[in-house]
Amino acid sequence: MDFYSFLIQVLNSIQYGLLLFLVASGLTLVFGIMGIINLAHGAFYMVGAYLAFGLTSLTGSFVLSILLGIPLMLVIGALLEWALFSFLYERDHLEQVLLTYGLILIFEELRSLIAGDDVHGVAAPGWLSASIPLGDTMSYPVYRLVISGACILLAAGLFFLIQKTRLGMLIRAGSHDRDMVQSLGFNINLIYRTVFALGVALAAFAGMLAAPVSSVFPGMGGQVLIVSFVIVVIGGIGSVWGALFAALLVGFADTFGKVFVPDFSGVIVYVLMAAVLLWRPEGIFSKK
Amino acid sequence: MKSHCFPGKKIVNHLVMAALLAAPALAAAQQAKLKVGLMMSYTGTFSGPSNAATNGFKQFVNENGGKLGGREVEYFAVDDQADPAKATENANKLIKRDRVDVVVGAIHSGVALALAKVARETNTLMVVPNAAADELTGVLCAPNIFRVSFSSWQPAYAMGQHVGKKHKNAVTLTWKYAAGLQMVEGFKEGFEKKGGKVAKEMTLPFPNVEFQAFLTEIASIKPEAVYVFFAGAGAAKFVRDYAAAGLNKSIPLYAPGFLTDGTLEAMGDAGQGLLTTLHYADGINNPKNAAFRLGYVKAYKAEPDVYAVQGYDAAQLLDAGIGAVKGDTAKRADLVKAMEDAKIDSPRGAFTFTKAHNPIQDIYLRKVEGRENRLVEVTSKALADPARGCRM
Repeated sequence: MDFYSFLIQVLNSIQYGLLLFLVASGLTLVFGIMGIINLAHGAFYMVGAYLAFGLTSLTGSFVLSILLGIPLMLVIGALLEWALFSFLYERDHLEQVLLTYGLILIFEELRSLIAGDDVHGVAAPGWLSASIPLGDTMSYPVYRLVISGACILLAAGLFFLIQKTRLGMLIRAGSHDRDMVQSLGFNINLIYRTVFALGVALAAFAGMLAAPVSSVFPGMGGQVLIVSFVIVVIGGIGSVWGALFAALLVGFADTFGKVFVPDFSGVIVYVLMAAVLLWRPEGIFSKK
Repeated sequence: MKSHCFPGKKIVNHLVMAALLAAPALAAAQQAKLKVGLMMSYTGTFSGPSNAATNGFKQFVNENGGKLGGREVEYFAVDDQADPAKATENANKLIKRDRVDVVVGAIHSGVALALAKVARETNTLMVVPNAAADELTGVLCAPNIFRVSFSSWQPAYAMGQHVGKKHKNAVTLTWKYAAGLQMVEGFKEGFEKKGGKVAKEMTLPFPNVEFQAFLTEIASIKPEAVYVFFAGAGAAKFVRDYAAAGLNKSIPLYAPGFLTDGTLEAMGDAGQGLLTTLHYADGINNPKNAAFRLGYVKAYKAEPDVYAVQGYDAAQLLDAGIGAVKGDTAKRADLVKAMEDAKIDSPRGAFTFTKAHNPIQDIYLRKVEGRENRLVEVTSKALADPARGCRM
């Protein structure tokens, strides 16, 4: 591989890693901070992608579909938390797994009833459909770079929210001791509802942004679910920077795995996870 | 006239009685319903193809007054969920529990391989309406197993020959699973026969769809052509990524038909002009195809696809075999002989069978225009699968 191709592969890795971070960010909040094992995270991602598809064909504008979709998903997230998840904080993880697995089945079935089982494409907005030439045969779509930019902004925003704001402080406090936060006079239920809704909206937002590059299809949530968990676990539970770092690590491992050891590219991400867990069982950025 | 004046009344009564008594016995001997087991993936990703194949099958039966080979048909359907792990159990539901006379399945190759094993053990007549694994009419071939679709080798080999006429080196990319690897092997064989050379064979794990690393590889190798096997969502994404990376401008992309079947809407403009090979295409001009398409649209309010054709032909093949033995499926040897010798007047064009029971058929080169895979030319005339490993 010549140096020039190598540089493009590095760009591919970073770009893929940032996309993975976007997908995993909602899970970092819900699983990492609230401690809920949310297998339905991938389903919310899928719902987001289908919303982008449906709303884009309805309104004719991809940007508008995102602007409409996010508040909608915040509401759905809050409703789900109120109706289902709020009963699970004190229960053990197995019951969370059961509930969220059930949600996957329900969302997949609803998707099948409403949108059918066909593969759909979503067009990126015209002003983002340009490409930047790299070398004489290849070019890089601007839209992918925009996604990367959105991911960096999102990482910074999340970090700021969790580490620097009063809400973030309460969230962190609540993840350590719910009862104490409650008895200090804060409405912990409302805080959790907000965080969960945010997590759902982030997953859906990732699905919406990814829809133009990944297309929209049944079972798309399942593909991102596992890698999202891998990222949260590698990065260290509850750490936004950890998730970002882990996502980039996975991006590099996947891209260069495909190039250098194609026969093992399917397992390389999991080998990476096993290695990290042997070295730091709490994840790379864990503070414990 | 009062009926009691009629002298033959008693005799008539006896005759009626005799007829009434005899009728069920006769029906049991000759007119028992033909039990047809349908084993396809009615839920999940393959539900579209499964429903189309089932519709096609029933269309032929309905056109023939609900009969196959003169016998009334009774359906038993099992949803195999495209899960090979449950396939043996599902096959037994049809074969052992429902005691079907013939099983039509499957869509998914992994399921079909498991089903074929059960069919071989129980000597059940089996017609494959789609699954393309080479083994079904290769290593696993059997007198009671027929396929009306195609083997992976067929469209792949045909594409290899076609690409070999224009280009001398190519790069291949597919998911690393049986179907993908067979589709690449067939291509390589056809391509090398025409003097081509595969510069690099690339694979990625199924169902991974992050292609960027491979596109960069292709741009750096700069082959004359790229051959891929993808289907469904992966196909749509690959074609979009390939175009977004600008590779479609300098390096032509070729694939077996699945790349562009059911995925054109999702591909958008990126799919236009793509060349693929398959045993069916839009714009095949023969009376059978016209009648078939009209009948399908009338019955199901949808356009038929290649899967519907395959379902239709599965029913045609059974009709030919069972008709030849006048409905007596116990005469298995004669029935199989009639099926082997059948010339199926298919919407895709007439075809016959190899000794291993795979169609000897024309493979078409198709070009994407709008939302259709338009017929360009017959790229391989009457192409027969080599049936490697078949001892029959």
